[in-house]
Amino acid sequence: MAAGVAAWLPFARAAAIGWMPVANCPMPIAPRDHTKRLDELIILNVSGRRFQTWRTTLDRYPDTLLGSSEKQFFYDEETKEYFFDRDPDSFRSILNFYRTGKLHYPRYECISAYDEELTFFGIIPEIIGDCCYEEYKDRKRENAERLQDDQDDNKDCKLPNMTYRETMWRAFENPHTSTMALVFYYVTGFFIAISVLTNVIETVPCGATPSQKDMPCGERYTVAFFCMDTACVLIFTVEYLMRLFAAPSRYQFMRSVMSIIDVVAIFPYYIGLVMTDNEDVSGAFVTLRVFRVFRIFKFSRHSQGLRILGYTLKSCASELGFLLFSLTMAIIIFATVMFYAEKGSSSTKFTSIPASFWYTIVTMTTLGYGDMVPKTIAGKIFGSICSLSGVLVIALPVPVIVSNFSRIYHQNQRADKRRAQKVQKARLARIRIAQAGSSCTGFLQSKRNDLLNDLLELTGSEEEELLLSKSMSLLESQHHHLLHCLEKTTAHEFMDEQLYEQNCLETTVQSCTSRSPSLSSQDTPIGTCCTRRVKRNSPLPNSSMHLQPSHQHGPLQQLSALHIQCGDKLPRTTRLYPIQVASP
Amino acid sequence: MGALMVIFSLQKDQRRKRTDSVEDELELSAVRHRPEGLEQLEALTRFNRKELQILYRGFKNECPSGMVNEDTFKVIYSQFFPQGDASMYAHFLFNAFDTDKDGSVSFEDFVMGLSILLRGSVQEKLNWAFNLYDINKDGYITKEEMLDIMKAIYDMMGKCTYPLLKDDTPRQHVEIFFQKMDKNKDGVVTIDEFIDCCQNDENIMRSMQLFENVI
Repeated sequence: MAAGVAAWLPFARAAAIGWMPVANCPMPIAPRDHTKRLDELIILNVSGRRFQTWRTTLDRYPDTLLGSSEKQFFYDEETKEYFFDRDPDSFRSILNFYRTGKLHYPRYECISAYDEELTFFGIIPEIIGDCCYEEYKDRKRENAERLQDDQDDNKDCKLPNMTYRETMWRAFENPHTSTMALVFYYVTGFFIAISVLTNVIETVPCGATPSQKDMPCGERYTVAFFCMDTACVLIFTVEYLMRLFAAPSRYQFMRSVMSIIDVVAIFPYYIGLVMTDNEDVSGAFVTLRVFRVFRIFKFSRHSQGLRILGYTLKSCASELGFLLFSLTMAIIIFATVMFYAEKGSSSTKFTSIPASFWYTIVTMTTLGYGDMVPKTIAGKIFGSICSLSGVLVIALPVPVIVSNFSRIYHQNQRADKRRAQKVQKARLARIRIAQAGSSCTGFLQSKRNDLLNDLLELTGSEEEELLLSKSMSLLESQHHHLLHCLEKTTAHEFMDEQLYEQNCLETTVQSCTSRSPSLSSQDTPIGTCCTRRVKRNSPLPNSSMHLQPSHQHGPLQQLSALHIQCGDKLPRTTRLYPIQVASP
Repeated sequence: MGALMVIFSLQKDQRRKRTDSVEDELELSAVRHRPEGLEQLEALTRFNRKELQILYRGFKNECPSGMVNEDTFKVIYSQFFPQGDASMYAHFLFNAFDTDKDGSVSFEDFVMGLSILLRGSVQEKLNWAFNLYDINKDGYITKEEMLDIMKAIYDMMGKCTYPLLKDDTPRQHVEIFFQKMDKNKDGVVTIDEFIDCCQNDENIMRSMQLFENVI
């Protein structure tokens, strides 16, 4: 029940006295309040900041942590308060929820931290008040998109088993994945540029020879241009066929925009090859050449900006449609008006309404070529109104398109930033290594320390021993004990990454079959360990022991491995066992 | 023209509302669980009040929603074994704790499992261990099941071990285990064989008492 309703209940029950005189049957017995006790103040200590509230305030919402018996888990007997090790700032809004019945979302708060707090205290986020709900939802959606982007980026990584076809497709879609893909990408880009350039230069007049008049280059050097064209078309055809082969869904690929552009770019050439003999259709053949300009659209695979532009236009289709429609309306209106206004004047260019369309368009877009000018006064007045309104009509939908473009552009920038943040991933990897490394090197370090401890006991220097044994907290020592038990279970030991590499090298230098038999005699799940060898590649600061020199291998002489031989004589722990020295 | 703009803006709002409702549906299904009261748990387990409080605080810190699903469990467990891959073993552990097989471990499941492990009799602990090894809970441990468990344990070591882990080390370990446990050589280990054998083994008995004072 909401706070408000609960507070009004006593009033409603008192007002029920009004029914009593009218009632014919006896009333049911009222429920007794067995837990009748005076309302008491509860102290909630959240990370040191003390909040106080009435017990009944918290009891309003019995399905949350604070309103139920779950808070007893957090009760501190000595100080008689409930201690929560959480953020006191977020707790403010949570406690306000109990007081006012409305949950607010503070804008400065991080969305995921806030969500965690709500989950901890058992409050569902849906009850956030209307005043803050919009903000909360928006932030949540942003966060989800960001996480989605991250996941998509992760999918970019190469899957372990990809067929040849999949690798090819991946190379086509993301050129930076392999050198071959990059080479292919640049080669195709180069040939697209060459093709477009030849198309353009073909039409330039190439300089007159004495025998003939000025000719475009295309007709002068027909063979050269034909060869160039053939080469480009060949490359494009090969590329198209390869993409078609590699595409995961060929039907979908054939329907995509890029593939249609590819087809349109190379088709005219083949049609031209087929049709060169037939003179009648040569007109159509010339028209087909126009389609060669579509090759320039192939650049959109190479340019991110072009793709964004295309995508923006597609997503703003409704705005563009609206712009077109309103412009059409305005053109028709003004053309009609101008026609009838200029009908009176002689030798006027405004011969019909469709003829006036041209004037209206040129005026509304403020081009003003001046090939059609109104001469009558009415015509001039309406002409000026036309140009003023043109500015307005065009200016209205443009901000919508611009904002769309801006949003898509920023999304893309964010994705690029994320990709560039491979640095980010490297940072995460470093953090992970530091954490993992610290716990495991901590464990290995402590093993060495313990070993050193035992040896120091032998040599009898007590101060150093105390120094080393105090350096671990209880938590660490328990964690190390756990790792130690795992070692004992599997009868293998943890090792430093570097030492592992060196060990690998060693075992490839010499066949290590001599070691394995000793270990196969393992029995119980928590078995007994047979061998223990401590290898160190840097001496301990206060090592004053006698150490045997390492066995030197040819290629690994920089390894200063120390063998510490310990016999069974050590009474202290059961951890040390006879050491087996590897045969050189 | 004005009418067009109004229609256009209305359309946008409608689109937004539709996506909102889908998201709302997904959110309401978030699970929250509150445990039984302290008194009931005190009666059900062998922990006292203070210990239950400590356990719950830790539990709630890692899983604010009160339920652990398998992925969270794997993440938590993997933090203790940074060098290796603890996910398989965490999977088996999760199945052992999730006694009612509902796919998530609530605080009750968690604390009752711990009660057996830390405060139970040797018989109960061995029973629990048998339950862990018996993956399909049919009362017999087969060699395949034991091999899976063994591989999971060895996976936790990672690859940087001394001596180098070989591929058949788990299998050898399983052979040794079966030689010891399988008295009638029928290829499976029953609960009685298991308990009998463990009770006769000093090392195992001693190590069972190891974790008495964890809390």
